[in-house]
Amino acid sequence: MTLRASLSTAHGLAVSDLTVSYNRIPALHHIAFEVGCGQCVALLGPNGAGKSTLLKALAGLLPRETGRIAFHGHEVRGATRDFAYLPQREAIDWDFPTTVRGLVEMGRYLRVGWWRSYGREDEKAVDEAIAAMHLEPLAQRQISALSGGQQQRAFLARALAQQAHVFLLDEPFTGLDKPTQDSLKQLLRGLRDQGKLIIASHHDLPSVRELFDQVILLNGELIAAGSIGEVFTDAHLRKTYDTPTFAGPAAHHHHV
Amino acid sequence: MTDWLTEPFHHEFMRRVFVGGALIGFTNGFLGAFVVLRRMALMADSLSHSLLPGLAIGWILAGGLVPSALFGGGLFAALTVALGAQLLARSSRLKEDTALGILYTVAFSIGIVLVGLFKVRVSLMHWLFGNILGLSNTDLWMIWGISLVVVPLLAALQRPLLLTLFDPTVAASQGIRVNLLNFVLMIALVLTMIASLQAIGVIMLLGLLIAPAATVYLLCDSYPAMLWGGGLIGMFGSCTGLLVSYRLNLPSGACIVLVLGLIFFAAYLFSPRYGLFRKLRRARHFHEESLARWPGQAPAKGGDETP
Repeated sequence: MTLRASLSTAHGLAVSDLTVSYNRIPALHHIAFEVGCGQCVALLGPNGAGKSTLLKALAGLLPRETGRIAFHGHEVRGATRDFAYLPQREAIDWDFPTTVRGLVEMGRYLRVGWWRSYGREDEKAVDEAIAAMHLEPLAQRQISALSGGQQQRAFLARALAQQAHVFLLDEPFTGLDKPTQDSLKQLLRGLRDQGKLIIASHHDLPSVRELFDQVILLNGELIAAGSIGEVFTDAHLRKTYDTPTFAGPAAHHHHV
Repeated sequence: MTDWLTEPFHHEFMRRVFVGGALIGFTNGFLGAFVVLRRMALMADSLSHSLLPGLAIGWILAGGLVPSALFGGGLFAALTVALGAQLLARSSRLKEDTALGILYTVAFSIGIVLVGLFKVRVSLMHWLFGNILGLSNTDLWMIWGISLVVVPLLAALQRPLLLTLFDPTVAASQGIRVNLLNFVLMIALVLTMIASLQAIGVIMLLGLLIAPAATVYLLCDSYPAMLWGGGLIGMFGSCTGLLVSYRLNLPSGACIVLVLGLIFFAAYLFSPRYGLFRKLRRARHFHEESLARWPGQAPAKGGDETP
């Protein structure tokens, strides 16, 4: 199948020839994969393999050196509201004067634009997003007065209110205890069953089978991508994790 | 007592002063929310100080107090410092705060030197500390014009500004033109400062700008409240300060900032949500509630004992 044909027919996300570099040192090198909607996809690879870089590049936060990204057969050229990126904890000013509800409303502003009035329909979408993430009792809390798992749900609710179709999550399960992890798993499965595509970087290999449907194995280059049954094999994992990551020639020098 | 309050308003001139003070109070307080949330207080301080050489150049070129020349000079000098700092930070390993600190003190010094060298016949004190009694009709028109541009513009842009303030990288990824918004914010800041200069002076400008928003920030968790509440506090503080200044014959800029400082410290100490006393007061110990989680018997002290 040629790339063009697959891009125009795919009901999902198609990435081809994606290269992203920092200072001419490629962090991602000619990555190509396709995933259908309605999946939970784990992004696996050693530290420095480019997992966060891939998520940010998909979200349009990093410039692409080469490559194309297509969603539902349409090329994505930069900013898109169909994709929601959930930032890492450290990137957020938790003292910002906003409640959980205010945060979710921000997602709605992206959808309605800044010139249109904010109506009853938007209120309803915000209510639904808050309910879907079980945040009703916390809706009026300032965002720093939440636990880590609750903060994550608040950002998921914002992405829902934005009506995003692709959820890009950076290490969402890191630091969660077992019950919190289970409830996040259930929420993500709920989103998956609504046809959303969830791509999450992950580093805990033993829990991959329980939490995800598909995997993308990454180490600068794409090692393999596909369903857990076909791709999540010892041979592929060894290839992914036993190769040192590439940090450029003479990585201890700053100049190129 | 009522006479003490109303007497100033019998003079046409003082009515003008209070209208001007209310307008710049509101505009500064409104704009201050963005300055506080973007943590650009240093940037704002730099911009206000860099107005001085601009005013001096305007005075020298026009040969006197020509409002348009002062306006143009101030705008030019502030933008030069702001953009110059960006350039310096991006083309070297310096961070922006260091670059700003160097550029604005150099600019301020140039201003002082120019005023001395060219015998600018304006009391330097008026530019540094403000003199609202010198408020002319032209000044008032400029205040009206700038306020009516800045406040509606920022109010219209408040949603994209909110997203940018909260998380600029994500905002950019969603198609918001973050750099353009930052530039608009900077222009609004410089215009507001030029409008406020006559009343407050370049030294005290920062206080009128950020004290109202900082006060609201300590009181609640609402972004719209920071904008509009900041505007109202700025307006109140400005008018009260002017009244005190008129009654006690004291410099207006200092009186305004003192009133706003009092309001700020009151919020810092007594805010029901984020005040110091709230923090220091020992909260009730939720001992019973914690124990109530165990339906049968709570685990014994030191954990489960093995029989």
